[in-house]
Amino acid sequence: MRPFDYHRAETFDDVTSGQIIAGGTNLLDLMKIQVMTPEALVDITRLEGLSAIVPEGDGLRIGALVTNSALAYDPLVRAGWPLLSRAILAGASAQIRNKATTGGNLLQRTRCPYFYDTSQPCNKRTPGAGCAAIGGGGRMLALFGTSDHCLAAHPSDMAVALTALGAEVEIHGANGTRRVPLQDLYVPPADRPDRETILETGDLITAVILPAPKSGSRQGYRKVRDRASYAFALVSVAGAVTMEGGTITDVSLAFGSVAPKPWTIPEVEQMLLGQPASDDLFRRAADLLAPDPAPHPETEYKRALLRRTFVATMRQLTGLADTTGTDIARAEA
Amino acid sequence: MKTYLSVNAKSYAVEHDPRRTLLDTLRDDLGLPGTKKGCDHGQCGACTILLNGERVNACLCLTAMHDGDEITTIEGIGSPELLSELQKAFVEKDGYQCGFCTPGQIMSATALLQEIANGAPSYVSDDLDSAALTDAEIAERMSGNLCRCSAYPLIREAIAMAAEGKE
Amino acid sequence: MKDHFTMDSPQPRLLDETKQGVIGTPMDRPDGPRKVSGTADYTADHAPDGMAHGVLVRATIARGRITGMDRDTVLGIDGVIDVITDPRMIRNPAQGMAGSAPVQTGDEVHYHGQPIALVVAETFEAARDAAQRLTVHYHAEAAAVSPETTPDTETDDPVTAGDFDSSWSAAEVQIDRAYTTPSQAAAAMEPHAAIADWQGDHVTLRSALQMVRFNKAELADTLGIDPSKVRILAPFVGGGFGSKLGLGPEAAAAAIAAQKLGRPVRVVMTRQTVFDTVLRRSETAQRVRLGATKDGRITAISHDDRVSNIDGEGFAEPVSQASQFLYGADGLSFTQTVARIAATPAGSVRAPGEAVGMLAFEAAIDELADALGMDPLELRLKNLPEKHPIDGRPYSARRLADCLTEGAARFGWADRWQAGTRREGDWLIGIGMASAARSNMLVKSSARVRLTGDQAIVETDMTDIGTGTYAILAQITAEMLGLPAANVTVRLGDSDLPGASGSGGSFGANSAGSAVFLAARKLRAEIAERLGCDAEGLTLQNGQARGDNREAALTELVSEEILAEATIQKGKTAKSHFSSGFGAHFAEVAVNEWTGEIRVRRMLGVMSMGRILNEKTARSQALGGMIWGIGAALTEEMQSDPRDGHIVTRDLANYHVPAHADVPGDMQVVFLEERDDWANPIQTKGIGELGISGAGAAVINAISHATSKRAYDYPVLPDRMVALLEG
Repeated sequence: MRPFDYHRAETFDDVTSGQIIAGGTNLLDLMKIQVMTPEALVDITRLEGLSAIVPEGDGLRIGALVTNSALAYDPLVRAGWPLLSRAILAGASAQIRNKATTGGNLLQRTRCPYFYDTSQPCNKRTPGAGCAAIGGGGRMLALFGTSDHCLAAHPSDMAVALTALGAEVEIHGANGTRRVPLQDLYVPPADRPDRETILETGDLITAVILPAPKSGSRQGYRKVRDRASYAFALVSVAGAVTMEGGTITDVSLAFGSVAPKPWTIPEVEQMLLGQPASDDLFRRAADLLAPDPAPHPETEYKRALLRRTFVATMRQLTGLADTTGTDIARAEA
Repeated sequence: MKTYLSVNAKSYAVEHDPRRTLLDTLRDDLGLPGTKKGCDHGQCGACTILLNGERVNACLCLTAMHDGDEITTIEGIGSPELLSELQKAFVEKDGYQCGFCTPGQIMSATALLQEIANGAPSYVSDDLDSAALTDAEIAERMSGNLCRCSAYPLIREAIAMAAEGKE
Repeated sequence: MKDHFTMDSPQPRLLDETKQGVIGTPMDRPDGPRKVSGTADYTADHAPDGMAHGVLVRATIARGRITGMDRDTVLGIDGVIDVITDPRMIRNPAQGMAGSAPVQTGDEVHYHGQPIALVVAETFEAARDAAQRLTVHYHAEAAAVSPETTPDTETDDPVTAGDFDSSWSAAEVQIDRAYTTPSQAAAAMEPHAAIADWQGDHVTLRSALQMVRFNKAELADTLGIDPSKVRILAPFVGGGFGSKLGLGPEAAAAAIAAQKLGRPVRVVMTRQTVFDTVLRRSETAQRVRLGATKDGRITAISHDDRVSNIDGEGFAEPVSQASQFLYGADGLSFTQTVARIAATPAGSVRAPGEAVGMLAFEAAIDELADALGMDPLELRLKNLPEKHPIDGRPYSARRLADCLTEGAARFGWADRWQAGTRREGDWLIGIGMASAARSNMLVKSSARVRLTGDQAIVETDMTDIGTGTYAILAQITAEMLGLPAANVTVRLGDSDLPGASGSGGSFGANSAGSAVFLAARKLRAEIAERLGCDAEGLTLQNGQARGDNREAALTELVSEEILAEATIQKGKTAKSHFSSGFGAHFAEVAVNEWTGEIRVRRMLGVMSMGRILNEKTARSQALGGMIWGIGAALTEEMQSDPRDGHIVTRDLANYHVPAHADVPGDMQVVFLEERDDWANPIQTKGIGELGISGAGAAVINAISHATSKRAYDYPVLPDRMVALLEG
């Protein structure tokens, strides 16, 4: 870590300029290896009013400082938005979930190992420096939404579920408070992969807003990774599906670890909507999922893996699959 | 800068660099080296402590951010002469080999038993409203604590044994 | 009393005659209460007064020369004391049992990640900051970093027996397959650490090391001082698995810095540095050829491999070690090629050779069984040789057939179904098995036992890296002297004590245990003399000595301390007989037919490994090894960059050792009763590495059984499994 000035904000007005820290589970990680070198650290963990989960209309307002654990365990969330609980519990470890916050989770940085290694050029660390992941090892990189300057994927599980659930982000800024769909928080890497969100200096994420529960839906978060727990996703699929008879009447999906942000492909949902659930339908929809070819040769496998994980998830959520067995039955809400 | 901490029910005023982590404070400033540094990046769990009753990685905590907080470390759980039930179970089941990850495993397990008692679900819970003390549940909930000697099955037997003793 | 013993002939099974009844029992580790309470002192837990903190700086080129460092910039950082470079600094850790300094490169860089300087500061924070900010200037040179493409390769003369070529060409059924395994990391939970403190011209080094006797010589040679001026302390070591066999760069740097600055210096590697510079297990490319008659007699065996290492390191992963003695054939041939690359050096990681060689070899045996339409168990049982197929030595003790049949019975192997026909929901279920073998060794070792009344003290520089040394040495002593184990204090990990084998190659318990046994046997003779009976007629139990109708308490017979020191070394039996642990592994897996995820559902290891000294710690060792097998089969892969050779997966989030959830609760270990009279005077064999040898292959073979698809590139990560499922 570089030396920094530490400031604990006691009130909202006391949030001085500098790098915001709350859970710190990713920021401290990055500061220790000098990937991030803030000169000032502003601790917002003592701010009032950001640690509560409260109903808002039919939905829910989740304070930015609510920890991942508190959110996953919350009885309202478990009952109305089980996909969110499942996705959070799929991520990291109990220890990290106890520390990491809702706002911080959305803003966590990529896990591209070249971003983490200061001996390697990285456009996300230093725009214009080049990207060592191109031509290097790339199993964890993205499939969608990359640029010639950056192939990094967003690693969050929680944000994938929030995207599928249609969450909004509440941002407190110089010009007051505004809300944007979570999808719009993130900006494409283009030639400035260091700019990851629309947040401007002085902006602070204060809450995440969940819309009304998708009542009657079956929800699931399917995460595939290199070991059974405590690993980042290779791909993940978040889904909420409502059926009437054998027909899909509502479906929302998001895909994780395949893009610089939680990824959505509206054409897939459109193809599924109003159709009777069938293996054939899911296979055809899966064909919309993968770009051709993958932007990095080592990420090529993610095309097949994403398609297959999608089909498996849809089979589960529409009752086509026999749920005997282990993990997949458990991953279903 | 100065931070006030309560560690194992004892009060401390620590003078420290703003960069200091709770882990280094415990080990090097307070003379409590039972909490181990295995990776310093939240990737192994060896530094697990209880922070205001919840398990966290001490390596991912800045001391400066924990003014007034209550911390429990392995030294606060039991001494060689007076071991906790969980510690005794680890000895009896041989729930360790080199012992380096052991304090973290025991701190994590201490919190796990409380989390299950509170009804907190896990990724492998069949139902988000139930928290059973099965081996699969313990395994998932303990996965933030790596053990390269791979005493895993015996660690879980020890946890199950201590949990049974509690009931 | 000093006894020097050479293992030239089998010794009486004294531990079967003694009466204390503590040997072999599942006694709790005496060091357990300290480990579970956080009071066991590992190297970095110490912080001597006046200590400064050192952080290593890594090279960021693959090969070249350092032309300068911007020292002044970092020396201006608050708290920074010095930036130390020194021609005595070492490029990488010493190989196991080297006993001399590793390569010292001065201003040369031989691989990306090589430690090239030590920044020392008043605080850890300042040292780490400065180490990362130190700008280093290089003259970079071209370097080959890929074992596939490097022009610099060395191929050994093949190890052969019979005529492989003609046996192979005549074989009715042939299997010819290529396999790959990636580099693997030992990844002990305790990062490599050292604290050096000089008193005059004597240095005391606390360090996480496995082989104190050798490490002492390595440090002395590194520093250019006499070994008598070096003391090494390693009472607790947080896992080794080979990675702490030799003195490491952090220890050399700490000693050099502490000498220069005149104060203690602690250097703890960051986890990333552990990956960068600690000896990795080499990646392998293997080719296995098996020929057989139609009725399942193996006639031809060849196992060729290519591994890699950096220039100047003699170690080459002995990939085909077990393939050379597991099964017989008319013709056998084994050829190794070493590729020289400018990358993190390779060395011993738990069960060097077997850990990756048996993955391929035992998978090939399974595929041969398929080709023959034979049960893989039956094929193995049918081809066990009478004697060592290469050199003709008899096996000292080998219950491999018993392990295979006993394991099959316990696991329910007879109920095996046709491959690819069982499913539970989306999961395909399969079972697999493999033989286990790990050759056994005896290494020169000394120990001292002191006895005062009914209290004994064992002293040796042997280490306990989690293996249970504290427990087993107490048990051997207690058994021999007729004392409760609680009456024995074991002192380890101090180079001022008699020099032992150290922990490595699974030979620690054999070697150090035998030395303790011999020292205690010497004390028994002294006690017999004092009692007035023959040593053979002496019975010691619960502090009482009996013999020749006499009886006395040890507290009376040994009112003042008596001591004995003994040294053991290998002798004629090592040449006359071939000693190895044997076993059989069984595994059941579930493979998700959509995502390619693989879960091990249960495992069984049945092993014959000589006399078991402590049933509890032995079981732990065996289990740990089997779980390493799961890691090798399913999760562990070190990736390096194809351009500069740097390790990409340089932390525990990217290098996936198995976590709790990867390991089923149903992990069974069974030991078959055995005594290896040719191995050593306590009739034991190594345990720490047999568990891994073949375990991964059982998992791999279970995957084939579940899916009817064979993987040849390991580990079988979801992407590899999906590619097979798609195909």
